[in-house]
Amino acid sequence: MQQGRILFLTGLLAATCAHADTPAPPSPGGVLRLAGTTSAGTLDPQISYMHVTYQVEAIVYDGLTTFPKTPGPADRHAIPDLADAIPTPQDNGLTYRFHLRPGIRFSNGHPVTAEDVAASMRRLFRVNSPTAGPYYSHIVGGDACLRDPEHCTLAGGVIADNATGTVTFHLTHPDSEFMDRLAFQHASILPADTPAHDMGNTAPIGTGPYRIVSYEPTSSMVLERNPYFQQWDAEAQPAGYPDSIHYTFGLDPESEVTAVENGQFDWMEGVPLDRQAEVGRRFAPQVRITDSLNVFYAALNVNEPPFNNLLARQALNYAVNRKAIVIYGGGPTVSVPACQMLPQGSPGFEPSCLYTKGATFEHPAQQWQAPDLEKARDLIRRSGTAGQHVTIIAPSAAGHSAVATDLRDTLTDLGYIASVRTISPVAEFAYIQNSDNKIQIGLTGWSADYPAASSFLQTLFSCATFVPHSDNSVNISQFCNHDIDALMQRAATVAVTDRAAGDTLWAEVSRRLMEQAPAVPLDQARSVSLLSNRVKSDVATAIYGAVFSQFRVR
Amino acid sequence: MASLALLACMATASLCAPFYARDIAHTDPFRSNVAGSFTLDGQQIDIMQPDDNPLHLGLSPVGPTWRAPFFLGADSQGRDVAARLLYGGRNSLLIAFFAAALCMILSATVGIFAGFFGGVLDMVLSRIMDIMWAVPVYLFAISLSIVTIAQGLKIGPFTIASDNLLLPIFIIALVYIPYAARVVRGRVMTLRNAEFVLAARSLGVPRFRILMVDILPNVTGSLVALAPLLTALALLTESALSFLSIGVQAPAASWGTIIQDGEGLIYTRPMVAMAPGLAIVLVVLALNVLGDTLRDALDVRDSRRENG
Repeated sequence: MQQGRILFLTGLLAATCAHADTPAPPSPGGVLRLAGTTSAGTLDPQISYMHVTYQVEAIVYDGLTTFPKTPGPADRHAIPDLADAIPTPQDNGLTYRFHLRPGIRFSNGHPVTAEDVAASMRRLFRVNSPTAGPYYSHIVGGDACLRDPEHCTLAGGVIADNATGTVTFHLTHPDSEFMDRLAFQHASILPADTPAHDMGNTAPIGTGPYRIVSYEPTSSMVLERNPYFQQWDAEAQPAGYPDSIHYTFGLDPESEVTAVENGQFDWMEGVPLDRQAEVGRRFAPQVRITDSLNVFYAALNVNEPPFNNLLARQALNYAVNRKAIVIYGGGPTVSVPACQMLPQGSPGFEPSCLYTKGATFEHPAQQWQAPDLEKARDLIRRSGTAGQHVTIIAPSAAGHSAVATDLRDTLTDLGYIASVRTISPVAEFAYIQNSDNKIQIGLTGWSADYPAASSFLQTLFSCATFVPHSDNSVNISQFCNHDIDALMQRAATVAVTDRAAGDTLWAEVSRRLMEQAPAVPLDQARSVSLLSNRVKSDVATAIYGAVFSQFRVR
Repeated sequence: MASLALLACMATASLCAPFYARDIAHTDPFRSNVAGSFTLDGQQIDIMQPDDNPLHLGLSPVGPTWRAPFFLGADSQGRDVAARLLYGGRNSLLIAFFAAALCMILSATVGIFAGFFGGVLDMVLSRIMDIMWAVPVYLFAISLSIVTIAQGLKIGPFTIASDNLLLPIFIIALVYIPYAARVVRGRVMTLRNAEFVLAARSLGVPRFRILMVDILPNVTGSLVALAPLLTALALLTESALSFLSIGVQAPAASWGTIIQDGEGLIYTRPMVAMAPGLAIVLVVLALNVLGDTLRDALDVRDSRRENG
């Protein structure tokens, strides 16, 4: 199950950017020093759901497919990695047959076999990977594995043939995103004898150009070269430049900025808002601004007054001043006002803004212009909800509290008696998901594990993702519209054979969803990173953000 | 006199906060206004100003204009810092004054009873004071604030909401009781054996009357001398609690909350944090000078009485 990880995953899906100097021959060597605020938690690639791990382990592990680690226009589409090609779907999209590249070895010297692939897919269920259910349960046998992970066999679902190096997947229904899901970190291929439990602070063996040789969760992680790595595809898993990578945890972002400015570290991500002007002035060539596929939004509970009233939901969408939201987010350079739940750059995104001054449902604007308080007040009057109490639940982080306070003022302007309740960021996301808490507005964010419209629209607003009484119900709005559900299903099905037609349908889903206004999209954030002057060149891709293996240091 | 004049100025200015906000700055200091603008010298100026660096990174609230509105600039929510400083002064001074007054009443009661009656009562009260005194004052105050800030304070049928100023007043008064009570107790123990008290006892004057007529008036001097110092301590403690978000609650302001507002702007708009910091320094300095003056003055009067 995906998690609302925008707080942790800023930059997970960073837009393509590369900042190479003038062409120069690769000069491997050196130590790359990274600074981070929090550690990576468990290192188990099939369990971890942290941005730090995702970014680091992209150069430690491989899947059958992956997303390109070199920037380019197609770096949001899965490409073959350990497999030698993306297979053509058979049986109307129910069967995929992969053939492994020959000669690839794990960092312990053992060759990668088809059985390793099958075992890794089974292990994914046995260790209760958080995405086992939503991403992989449609592999034949997946349901049984979810029910009884310990005895998971995926019989009939994943068939390995070591002699020919082929692995065949059988699915219960077609899935246009199956290649993306196999490229996700949780489908990393590990040796078949990897213990079927959370490996915690011990990194399992991988196939990438680096291996994790030490890890202290509270202080540091060290990566060194994998002695058995030989580049098989410069796009899928390029050879690395630094001899070793040292990641230090536990610094606050302010200290990280100062340390990178002083050359004590080479990279930090998430320059705090109050330091952005400073780094922009003094260190502009060393600053990287990367787009992210994320959306920060206010979920409106469609089952609780006053937002069980469509007019009230639409009114709040008209009234919210997204100019203020962008300012809270750091200004227009690092924040873009959001008009829909599908972020810019996502497949299926078409510029369309229903709730802005001068727009109508028949003639939406291209982008957000200004709030329309007059229309909002009219809708509130017609809804008959004015005077009701509304409580906004927000994470107790400074930026979120400010947005919540602004929303409270807007609600007050509309005639509600509004208040803000802040909850620790760690607990807030679980709290607002649980329908027992009867929240009215919950402030949160969402970023996708891979670029797909369904990651936002279907995951956040389909009937299936609303689980009453559960802390793990990402459909926070409790929205369930069977017509829109059917349209989402159709879009997913069409995309198996015609991605462009699927994207068109997803755009239609996005528009119809916003007509129902189960949420108030607020903004889409960009990530700001800072490099030291030791870094000669660096690479960032749409999916991984910084690709550390491609950093060259003096 | 200078310290009294300064305190009077600060108090008066703080009392005029609504007038300044409404009639001079024309602003609501409790409402976010990041997307707003104002007119200065005939020019429309955005409250949040983009930085002119090559990457256009960062936004800063408008700096001091040295005239209304935004005399001291705006904070990160686009609110007028000067107006909030005045409103914050009302809360900070009010909490400090009432916390000190409550503390003096409670510590006088404890100190007088412990010092005058002695024995088991003194032992019990003194040990309680020792235990309270053993806990660092700020740690004690922070602990109490964290416990009460989430749900407020419920005492029987009465509930004090978490944003009620009574909470910091009670907490600050409580943590400083040992500080003042020990002074009072020591003074009372000296007075208990003074000739005029022994004489009153030998004449059969009831103990309560001795307390009220002979002891209390002689302790009052010490308490009055302590009052400014306690007020200064209370002000500092309130600022610390509010800085940590466990004192005065948003959207209300105190000097501590304004310093917190300015924390993230320390590189770009230092005035947001400096202005309330300076106000605290001035008031605490004035209170300390006043306390020293009062102590010198009252010590003289007490010695005359004892010698007389």
